[in-house]
Amino acid sequence: MFPAPIQTRPRPAQITYQSMLPLALILWLLPLLAVAFFSVKPAVDFTAGNYWGLPSTFAGLENYGKVFFESDMPRYLLNSVLITVPTVIGAVALSCMTGFALGVYRFRGNLWIFFMFVAGNFVPFQILMVPVRDLTLDLGLYNTKTGLVLFHIAFQTGFCTLFMRNFIRALPFELIEAARVEGVAEWRIFWFVVLPLMKPAIAALSVLIFTFIWNDYFWAIVLTQGADTQPVTAGITSFNAQYRAAYHLMSAGSIVAALPPVAMFFLMQRHFIAGLTLGAVK
Amino acid sequence: MTTATLPDTHADRGRGTWIRRNRQMLAPILFLAPGVLFFLLYVIFPIVESFQISFYRWDGLGEPQFIGLENYGELGSDPAFETSLWNNLKWLVLYLLAIPGGLFIALFLNQTVTGIRIYKSLFFFPFVISQVVVGLVFTWFYDPTFGLLNTMLEAIGLGPVNVLGDPRLATYGIILAGLWPQVAYCMILYLTGLNAVDPEQVEAARLDGAKGWRMLWFVIIPQLRPATFIAFGVTIIGALRSFDLISIMTNGGPFGSTRVLSFYMFEKALGEYGFRMGYGAAIAVVLFLIMLVFIAYFLWSMWRDEREARKG
Repeated sequence: MFPAPIQTRPRPAQITYQSMLPLALILWLLPLLAVAFFSVKPAVDFTAGNYWGLPSTFAGLENYGKVFFESDMPRYLLNSVLITVPTVIGAVALSCMTGFALGVYRFRGNLWIFFMFVAGNFVPFQILMVPVRDLTLDLGLYNTKTGLVLFHIAFQTGFCTLFMRNFIRALPFELIEAARVEGVAEWRIFWFVVLPLMKPAIAALSVLIFTFIWNDYFWAIVLTQGADTQPVTAGITSFNAQYRAAYHLMSAGSIVAALPPVAMFFLMQRHFIAGLTLGAVK
Repeated sequence: MTTATLPDTHADRGRGTWIRRNRQMLAPILFLAPGVLFFLLYVIFPIVESFQISFYRWDGLGEPQFIGLENYGELGSDPAFETSLWNNLKWLVLYLLAIPGGLFIALFLNQTVTGIRIYKSLFFFPFVISQVVVGLVFTWFYDPTFGLLNTMLEAIGLGPVNVLGDPRLATYGIILAGLWPQVAYCMILYLTGLNAVDPEQVEAARLDGAKGWRMLWFVIIPQLRPATFIAFGVTIIGALRSFDLISIMTNGGPFGSTRVLSFYMFEKALGEYGFRMGYGAAIAVVLFLIMLVFIAYFLWSMWRDEREARKG
């Protein structure tokens, strides 16, 4: 293990390390803690110039209540869910199939198709902006959640295919061979042999894609406008315009907007990290 | 396909229908079709289309007018484009600091004391929240009247700094905000990598008297190569895609000093000064060509690995 375990060090070093940990963490999260602190202060503190002193009253419930009951925030949150969940299902479903095809079969062009997905996934997506916006307009899907979902599915399929294909490559190929010898149809091999083995990959990808799509801002402002369709990342900017200089509400709003992926991360931590670090270890 | 393969339990190899005989060839095509078609429609064709549009003058509504290389000619004498290009370079170089930064924190946290798992998760936290929120958080952090940064500077007797209002500092301020989640990402890659470091090699090196920096440089870092490769890849991509933070924190200002190519192309194509799709596409093409260098490198390394995997 590197660095050498702290337990092998002298006692003072251990105590220093133990006390540095929380300090370092507070320092690391300082900008975020400041926002959390703002979000429980009452409005009068800001008008009185009491920015960093203790809150004169605890206004957390009031501030978050306003965000949830007196603003468009719940609608934006709902929109985010309605955009994120179908994208996760669509992208994972498509990539299970493409990953299976590229991971199991040997045919000419296999690697080229795989590289097409990988390269497309690395592209700075701004190059897609003008044509994709145009395509969405032509399909009559501009400013609809469907339009946004379709694009997200297509784009995320690149990353998901990379992930799934590499995962399937690592599965024991003998299982598939054995099934073939038995004369099992290819789609049955996919459904009954490979798919059950892919559960960890599916879990990991689902959490990752959920976070990526929930946090998307660029495509939300390119393909949608207004509270009927926009997800919470785009909504937070109009929320802020509505409550300009009401820092306690803006802080509370930001925290609410950030919370779902955070919750997802803490609930599914192992899958999340397994997904992010796939390939970091050979 | 479905109907043809249904009675497979009574499969009689070699005498079935044409579909049955060719299913080894048909299956991958059918499994690939939906994903590939979707990807072609929304990703590959648009890339080609962007190249095409960049040769036209087009407001997004009327008839596009072919103007050849005029858009690219205009880029050459556009000071805003030059600023964006330089800023992209700054992003690329400074964003790479996330790699040593992440390694540093990973080394700091790679211990087994009580509660270390919670610490690791909380250090990773910034990566999970959206860049929009990161942007807001840092905008307030830098705020000249009440921001935490200036409150702290004041406490040690330094004057207020308006980071985002100063054209010389604004880009660096935004990059720093961007580094926050990116360092967290690299950290988690390295923590996973460190977990897999071969303990026997470390012990052997220790017996040989290696420790500290020499151990890190000659024994540990070479073993972290796969993690470094991924960290490098995601950091480059992240740097070239940077848009959200700029849009939230400065909207390109002050005086256009924080624009990068991705932001500038958005501004030109969909911004408030009218729709110049052709010009925006030309900017996007330049950005794509920069990225292409890296894409080629990534694909080349992956191809090399594939070949080795097949040999071994």
